[in-house]
Amino acid sequence: MNKSKEMIPIQGKGREDLVVLLAETQSKFGYLTGELLIEMAKSLGLSVSEVYGVATFYSFLSTKPLGRNVIRICKSLPCILKNSQTIIESVAREIGIKPGETTPDGKFSFQLINCLGACDEAPVMMVNNDVHVDLTPSKISQILRSYK
Amino acid sequence: MPEKRIVLKNCGVIDPRRITTYLDRDGFKALKKARDKMTPEEVIEGIKASGLRGRGGAGFPCGLKWELARKARGDEKYVICNADEGEVGTFKDRYIMEGDPFTLIEAMAIAGYAIGSKRGYIYLRAEYHHLLDLLTNAISQAKEMGFLQHFDIDIRLGAGAYICGEESALMDSIEGKRGEVRYRPPFPPQSGLWEKPTIINNVETLMNIPQIILNGAQWFSQLGTERSKGTKVFSVSGDVKKPGVYELVLGSHLRELVEGLALAEKVKMVQIGGATGRVIPYEMIDTPLAFETILGAGAVTVFDESRDVIDMVYRTTEFLAEESCGKCTPCREGMEVTLEILGRFSSGEGTEKDIIILQELSSVMMLSSLCGLGQAAPNPVMDSLQYFRSAYDSRVWKD
Repeated sequence: MNKSKEMIPIQGKGREDLVVLLAETQSKFGYLTGELLIEMAKSLGLSVSEVYGVATFYSFLSTKPLGRNVIRICKSLPCILKNSQTIIESVAREIGIKPGETTPDGKFSFQLINCLGACDEAPVMMVNNDVHVDLTPSKISQILRSYK
Repeated sequence: MPEKRIVLKNCGVIDPRRITTYLDRDGFKALKKARDKMTPEEVIEGIKASGLRGRGGAGFPCGLKWELARKARGDEKYVICNADEGEVGTFKDRYIMEGDPFTLIEAMAIAGYAIGSKRGYIYLRAEYHHLLDLLTNAISQAKEMGFLQHFDIDIRLGAGAYICGEESALMDSIEGKRGEVRYRPPFPPQSGLWEKPTIINNVETLMNIPQIILNGAQWFSQLGTERSKGTKVFSVSGDVKKPGVYELVLGSHLRELVEGLALAEKVKMVQIGGATGRVIPYEMIDTPLAFETILGAGAVTVFDESRDVIDMVYRTTEFLAEESCGKCTPCREGMEVTLEILGRFSSGEGTEKDIIILQELSSVMMLSSLCGLGQAAPNPVMDSLQYFRSAYDSRVWKD
């Protein structure tokens, strides 16, 4: 994880930029540590609880360590109807962890999330910001190999 | 009634990365016409006369919303495009933006002119991050061509929260807060983003604007039913041979969409409007799709005869319990209790009393929840109890 001490620059930023700043901070530091949240609160003149409240509200923000790559498989009904369970199982088998966990080498985190808006090409998953559609268990290993 | 492409007119026809291909198809002519030949009031009158209603699910008259914002006092006003398409089974706005980002931009600029706003936001859900480049590119091309001299558009990326598709939560999210629902009144046209007059329109609603300006209100209001004018774009998924996006004149029958276009067979039920939508049994497949009957944001998820209704309702409720923002008690607590009871039916351990509690709880939630999520969350429970009661009765524990 890139642990450079430099915070995301916040000059000229205000309250309304908090969600964006947290997302940027997360992509730089990997996840939102307590330290980072305290720092962010101080710089923006907000209470820590306010910043923590926002950081824990959104599912793409994380206050727990995340892997370098985040796999998000859709668990909503249109994907379930297209056998997303088999995709969830093949990802779990491929990287050896269950949903909600991170691999010991920090390469992958694995999450189940709600509808991704690609139900016409279900089942679907996101890896980082890439959307992978029309999945079958046999495609999983090749897709995951392309992430370092 | 047949398929008709108004909203999707340019999708698959223009190159979404090249504004010139949009200009070849009357692109930005409506903005020019509005600015050069019409007063803001005339633009609003035209939208009102067209009968266009919001496509995000609530169906509020678009022109009226604009008029309220126009008349509201404020040194600054905002136009927000709601591109936080989070409803389960909905993907039409993604398809629209992928195929034709320019119409959206033109429509927002027209809205800005109409209400007297210089600034617009597109609130894009995090799951649509892959559209960010395309939209940014389209905005900068429109700027370079001089179409956005009077109106600036920013994109705000969400961070993963279904509730942010609800307009007041969406505004809180743009303001950098938790996306929690606000008490209303005041409504956004009076006091919205940063307490300034604001209009929030769904992607699809806005897509209709330029053609209404160019072709006139009457052209638009000829299409559809008495209270539902124009077309609707539907997202069809689930047990169908041809899932995808279909645009139909409002008032078309569900059968035409599900069996005729998406080629579904042996249909047991259809969920219309996503998680908070309605559940329609096959016997009602000839229902017309319109605001006065059933519509939502146009999510159509088809379940065939092999599917279990209790399982469907359980998973839908699970989704809503997770996505409830937690601000008001009826929704936050009501969803958890509903889920617990449905869990008992899933495992065949329901009781007669559970059914009564489900009904009572549902009516409390519908009556007293703060926003559309909690008010509509009991729909799948109530509909399934009405149309598939035997599924519940057969799971009642008998000793």
